Amino acid sequence: MSASMRIVNGEVYDPKNNINGEIKEICIENGKIVDSVSDEATIIDAKGMAIMPGGVDIHCHIAGPKVNLARKLMPEARRHDVHPSTPFTRSGSGGTTPSTFAAGYRYATLGYTTAMEAAVSPIGARHVLEEFEDTPIIDKGFYVLLGNNIFLHNLIREKRMEEFEQAVAWWVCATKAYTVKLVNPGGDEPWKGERNSNVSDIDEKTGEAGDLSPRQIIEAFVKTVNKQGYPHPPHIHCNNLGHSGNYKTTLETMKTAGDLRAHIAHIQFHSYGGELGKNPISKAAEIAEYVNNHPNITCDVGQVMFGNSTIMTADAPLAYLLRGHSKGKWVNADTECESGCGILPFAYQEHIYMHTLQWAIGLELFLLSEDPWRIILSTDHPNGGSFMAYPKLIKLLMDEKFRHEEMKRVNQKALLKCSLPELKREYTLNEIAIITRAGPAKALGLETKGHLGVGADADITIYDVMDDKEMMFSTPRYVIKSGNTMIENHEFKTDSKGKVYHITPEYDNKIEETLKPFFESYYSIEFSNYAVDDRYLHDHHEIIKTG
Amino acid sequence: MANENENIKIVKDATCTFCGCVCDDMELHVDLDEKRITKAKNACVLGRAWFAEHTIEDAPAAMIDGKEVTIEEAIEEAAQTLVKAKFPITYGLSDTTSEAQREAVAITDYIKGNIDTTTSVCHGPSGLAFQGVGESTSTLGEVKNRADLVIYWGGNPAESHPRHFGRYAVTPKGMFTPNGKKDRTVVLVDVRKTKSAGVADILIRPKPGKDFEILWALRALVKGNKLSANEGEWFWGVNIEEETGVSLETLTDLAERMKNCRFGVLFFGMGLTMTRGRHFNSGALLALATDLNKYTHFVAKPVRGHGNVTGADNVVAWQTGYPFGVNFSRGYPRFNPGEFTTVDTLSNGDADAALIIASDPGSNFPKKAIDHLKNIPVITLDTKSTVTSKLSHVAFKTATYGINTGGTVYRMDDVSITLRPAFESPFPDDETILKKIKKRVHELTLKKIHPGGASGEAKVAAVNPL
Repeated sequence: MSASMRIVNGEVYDPKNNINGEIKEICIENGKIVDSVSDEATIIDAKGMAIMPGGVDIHCHIAGPKVNLARKLMPEARRHDVHPSTPFTRSGSGGTTPSTFAAGYRYATLGYTTAMEAAVSPIGARHVLEEFEDTPIIDKGFYVLLGNNIFLHNLIREKRMEEFEQAVAWWVCATKAYTVKLVNPGGDEPWKGERNSNVSDIDEKTGEAGDLSPRQIIEAFVKTVNKQGYPHPPHIHCNNLGHSGNYKTTLETMKTAGDLRAHIAHIQFHSYGGELGKNPISKAAEIAEYVNNHPNITCDVGQVMFGNSTIMTADAPLAYLLRGHSKGKWVNADTECESGCGILPFAYQEHIYMHTLQWAIGLELFLLSEDPWRIILSTDHPNGGSFMAYPKLIKLLMDEKFRHEEMKRVNQKALLKCSLPELKREYTLNEIAIITRAGPAKALGLETKGHLGVGADADITIYDVMDDKEMMFSTPRYVIKSGNTMIENHEFKTDSKGKVYHITPEYDNKIEETLKPFFESYYSIEFSNYAVDDRYLHDHHEIIKTG
Repeated sequence: MANENENIKIVKDATCTFCGCVCDDMELHVDLDEKRITKAKNACVLGRAWFAEHTIEDAPAAMIDGKEVTIEEAIEEAAQTLVKAKFPITYGLSDTTSEAQREAVAITDYIKGNIDTTTSVCHGPSGLAFQGVGESTSTLGEVKNRADLVIYWGGNPAESHPRHFGRYAVTPKGMFTPNGKKDRTVVLVDVRKTKSAGVADILIRPKPGKDFEILWALRALVKGNKLSANEGEWFWGVNIEEETGVSLETLTDLAERMKNCRFGVLFFGMGLTMTRGRHFNSGALLALATDLNKYTHFVAKPVRGHGNVTGADNVVAWQTGYPFGVNFSRGYPRFNPGEFTTVDTLSNGDADAALIIASDPGSNFPKKAIDHLKNIPVITLDTKSTVTSKLSHVAFKTATYGINTGGTVYRMDDVSITLRPAFESPFPDDETILKKIKKRVHELTLKKIHPGGASGEAKVAAVNPL
């Protein structure tokens, strides 16, 4: 069990509690932050160090069927990035899709202690929970894909909204999910059923009967999830990801939410102007303005970082489009009645116009953000780049000189189509603590995460303060998880399993009578074997309240 | 038995783990007094035999060199043997739960050993082809709902996976296939006319070992290319029909059908992966399916054999990054099929101890491999007495997954299913034994690292509460 501990002499960055670099004592007991501890408590002297809550990743892909397909697909991506075992920790392999153990340990070595897997088909939930059990240290949860669910589409089409609400809650409970995820809503049916086509407009009629628009689907989910009061609103991957001119779709998606809460995922990929089929231009300013003025919207950036990545998405048509450029290996994986999936290896290159523009738009969004609480740091790992690139991204945000040095190496034509060269802003440590900790924790409704007030989980990262912010954020000196010192002087001291966060919105059991005949007709597993039982949560999970 | 009704339990929606179909709609009638399954409703002929044959045998739960010992003694001996070895190998895993598979990988990681599964002797080549080409694939329910062209290549599901036709791919009525078989065209490509031929609308019988040539020709035809400049009926300077046994007309017709269907599927078996060409064959088929996506929606899927071989691939992949043939001797996983696959670690004489779980390499491996297996200490976990268990230094008898124990299995399409056990076994399950071996090997390896330092037991208790 975790002992009591006192961290002294460190600069504390705890934005939620308005503490900005003050020297303050942090006391820990029984895995929580407390007012004071007895004199016997272990003392950590953090002189010259910055103390922050453990990092919270609101959007990444680290576990489950699609991640495992990507691992199997690319042995070449990890053979030179080995992750050796220690007496206390398991071995693994890295690359952009690390093995489960490597993923947990590597998040911890960056000072991250919570990460949310952002896209899981309901039928893949059991697999995700099995992988979570092998993903050490970090706390985690996942978002369940419901935006292309045929049963739910049918209910929306038939305007049976009460049953729709019940069925959404049923699905969230049956899979032990944290919230609902929509990916290219309405796009799966044209992909699977109409010879690999796609939906291209938010108001285009699509779906199994050709009479349902993405907007109707988005509206139904936003209303339902807000009504049921999930801690995190629907997590939306808009239509038209990656296409020139898609910023209009993104704005329309946000407008569809009205003043209800919604989270727009990897918004960088959805902030492009220009004509379809031609090179895009930046519309970061328009998107940032909308987000700045609408406190009901949160988003994560999905920054592109140059180098290797893995495209891994439930947006199967997008992956196929990219495969058309690479002509290389490609995975498509359809999930019955629920979802699609596409995977391929990818690399962002400085000399390519599109890739530079994507890199620049992400940075613009950060730098134009007026409320860092709502524009959250992510690379959509591993789509925009690995989470291991976060320290470099932080340096790009905190160090204007470094940013300009990097700009010299990229496609100069692309820089003319965005405002990045003119942006002088530099993020402060306090703002970094917001976009990597306090902000995502708040957006997730995780009240014990992302801060260091009394009652918070004792998930704490202690960094040596350095001028080189990339170095600083790559090498925390201490990482404390639930009050246990996992990393001390850069070395792992022990191992642990993190918690699984999930929610249990209420529903009327009667909905199962409607669901069951559908399952019997169109699924390939029995209804009674579909829902994930509690054993898969083991004894380390926590239910976050809804409503 | 006369005392029916007395103590009969009915288990609904139980899962049959005999083959990769993993049908989860079994209704098992269990005689709790006799400890046997008397009826398995919905099961195929193979499933019925699987359920009927699993009774509780009166045999020792653990043996060392053929003599009965306590389970604890056997665990200690197994752990000592594995830790002492310089090149211990773990093998099998396709007929146990993913929970047990996770423990097996952990043990191998701690002892810096070598882990491999039966995948390396069945669809291993498909795994390698997957790494080269990728795969357009789907869950079986999508085939049921949508597929209007179903092609089986190099397999005989009527006898190996009897419910594949009826439950998933040929006759079931789905969302966009309301008339079942009438809405589908079924093609069978096989060198022999097997029992599966009965369902085929089109039967194509190539000459043995010519699958790659045919698949490559189909790729060209699908793209609208001529096979050669010479009037299209010549292929590498020889007549394609003479070379492969299949006429150009047949191939052209098939290519057109594939391009024009709405949702096509290619199922392939070991007739493709374990014949001349191996991963080139699988790769050609996967590439063909990928090519077809330019014209329509097309998927491919290996028809996997053992009940949880897909789980073995998944577990080894998520824990190490690689699906099979993985070596930890340097303290991190390395992947090299041909070197770290079990036929090779045995035949080359590398392995100096073996942990064999739910598999019987002693009866089906090449002679050279078996000869080596006989010369090294072997630890087996199996539900039955096997050739391998008989030559073992330490042999555990374990409960049968899906019949006596719960846990998770992965169907051939990566869909995971939770098992519903029918009756209890006096024998422990694989997971329980492996967990105990894991704990002990971890203690012993820590002692090796810190001789005289903090005791391994205390550290393991802190790290790994069981």
